[in-house]
Amino acid sequence: MDLFLAIFTGTVIAATPLIFAALGELIVEKSGVLNLGIEGMMLVGAAFAFWAVFSGLPMPVAIAVGALAGAASSLIFGVLALTFLTNQYAAGLALAIFGSGVSAFLGRSFGSAPIDALDRIQIPFLSDIPVIGPMFFRFDPLVYLAIAAFFAISFFLYRTKGGLILRTIGESPETSHAIGYPVIRIRYLAVLFGGLMAGLGGAYLSIAYTPLWVENMTAGKGWISLALVVFATWRPLRVLLGAWLFGGMTILQLQGQALGVAVPSELLSALPYLATIVVLVIISRHRQTLALHFPASLARPFRPPV
Amino acid sequence: MRFRIEQRPEPSATMRVAAPVIAALLTLLAGSLLFAALGYNPVDALYAFFIAPLNSINGLSEWLLKASPLILIACGLAIGFRANVWNIGAEGQLIVGAIAATGVGLFYPDPESSLILPLMLLAGALAGIAWAAIPAFLRARMNTNEILVTLMLTYIASLLLSWLVHGPWRDPMGFNYPQTALLPAAGMFEPFDYSYRLNSSIFITVIAVFLTWLFTDRSFLGYKMSVGGAAPLAARYAGFRESAAVWTGLLAGGAAAGIAGMAEVAGPLGQLSPQISPGYGFAAIIVAFVGRLNAFGIVLSGLLMSLLFLGGEAVQLGLGLPSAITRIFQGILLFLLLAADFFIFYRIRRLPEHA
Repeated sequence: MDLFLAIFTGTVIAATPLIFAALGELIVEKSGVLNLGIEGMMLVGAAFAFWAVFSGLPMPVAIAVGALAGAASSLIFGVLALTFLTNQYAAGLALAIFGSGVSAFLGRSFGSAPIDALDRIQIPFLSDIPVIGPMFFRFDPLVYLAIAAFFAISFFLYRTKGGLILRTIGESPETSHAIGYPVIRIRYLAVLFGGLMAGLGGAYLSIAYTPLWVENMTAGKGWISLALVVFATWRPLRVLLGAWLFGGMTILQLQGQALGVAVPSELLSALPYLATIVVLVIISRHRQTLALHFPASLARPFRPPV
Repeated sequence: MRFRIEQRPEPSATMRVAAPVIAALLTLLAGSLLFAALGYNPVDALYAFFIAPLNSINGLSEWLLKASPLILIACGLAIGFRANVWNIGAEGQLIVGAIAATGVGLFYPDPESSLILPLMLLAGALAGIAWAAIPAFLRARMNTNEILVTLMLTYIASLLLSWLVHGPWRDPMGFNYPQTALLPAAGMFEPFDYSYRLNSSIFITVIAVFLTWLFTDRSFLGYKMSVGGAAPLAARYAGFRESAAVWTGLLAGGAAAGIAGMAEVAGPLGQLSPQISPGYGFAAIIVAFVGRLNAFGIVLSGLLMSLLFLGGEAVQLGLGLPSAITRIFQGILLFLLLAADFFIFYRIRRLPEHA
């Protein structure tokens, strides 16, 4: 039972940064823009949030600092991709490299100093129920924020006019422009939102998950989030399920290492990356499913005709 | 006064050449602003970053030594990028190339055989090719995005390296450091002068530059791949197979990166350790773009990128700044290049005043 509980709660926690980053990227891609720089934005968010806690700022401020740092870094991508109409692959890659440099540079100032992790909530009565309490009511607030973000984004995308406009722009920016929607402005907002969410995911890593700064601590989580969006065929519920699947894989691998399973720890550590490849292969073979949900203008630069 | 951005009737050939130069100069400017913001005299800091490292013969040797893998890998990557094949896992292909070459060097039965070095070269190239063949197969046959697969394989390659140097290949005489034994002398490239590290592997890069030029500018397959990249529909109409471009593009990058990894262990490193590359595989992506995916442009941008690595080390030693500043400069350089490229296709026109 204890092991089950450890795996369950561990999975939920490990999935949280992926949920933030992948849901953010989902919104970006739904608007027809492909930002490959999630890894860099997460690192920037992680480093700035850690820096805020390290400098004695209160936790909510630190979380906001991480999120805003992520959004600020995404703005660089936004200007290049949306105003300068650059190749979105190249601009995203540049952001990934730049973000890893900025975060490592900032990270030198706090070295390997430990900080106090984000507190977990304690609800009277609910948190104390056996099994149910630890399973659902003893996480830190960001875990609940991630789940709330899932519901909010699902509702926004499929139940509001704003969501419909966003999806229309992703399918056909030309048509949306002709109808009179400000395509570029909405895409900017989507990119900024993606940066905000990636920054939150990064902040979660450095101040809640492993309250410690390690250079390149995202270790590919940004890229895995990118894969999750494809895996989810651009649908929010599947993003959530996919994030839990990968979170579970991370935790099983850590549990395996802790139990001393007789395989090299490097092999266990490689599992999430291998799983990403396998999952991508399985999904990508269904060309029709992909084509059905794929935002038709994804990664195609658009400039409103004058 | 009002300005308007408008499309040029023809893409500007001048801007195509000028953009990388403008981007490099603006990167210098951004760098001096960054140094000033950090409280350093920008002139001194830029001197320490870009000029001082080249002030000695050793500096020049290190400059070429670092430029060589960057140029070699960028040449391989450019072949793929021209066809819109996005191999961004050259770092992983470099690592497996280094692993395979070291395996041959350490375990070949006769450590003095003159066959070792050529066999290591072959092993490095084949390992890089094999590692790149996975994403090529998955993209060509399974429609799987090569960006994510090449990246995931990079993480897996560095875990494989970590396992080898911590486990089965760890040097029993190595005081428990995670590293392999040193390669035999016959498995090392000869330095030009034993006081410096620059070695004969640089000729491989020279040959690669020439072959890349031949392929991209003088071969029919290279032409077909460029058409596929620039106008996929036209290429399909003409009957150029996409899968041929995918395979060629990825395998060229894999071979180049594998050879670069081999040349690193058989040159400056002499053995495997958990960290064998300061990010050459990633930096080479930027080198390829800044070099306009052209073999000779890549030589120039590789020299620039190598200087960024040297400068990062120099300011780390001299000013105590983290060498991560190199990656910041790399990012800024690519950002500015992409922004400058806009002016190949667009121009800013001043609008006449009228009421």
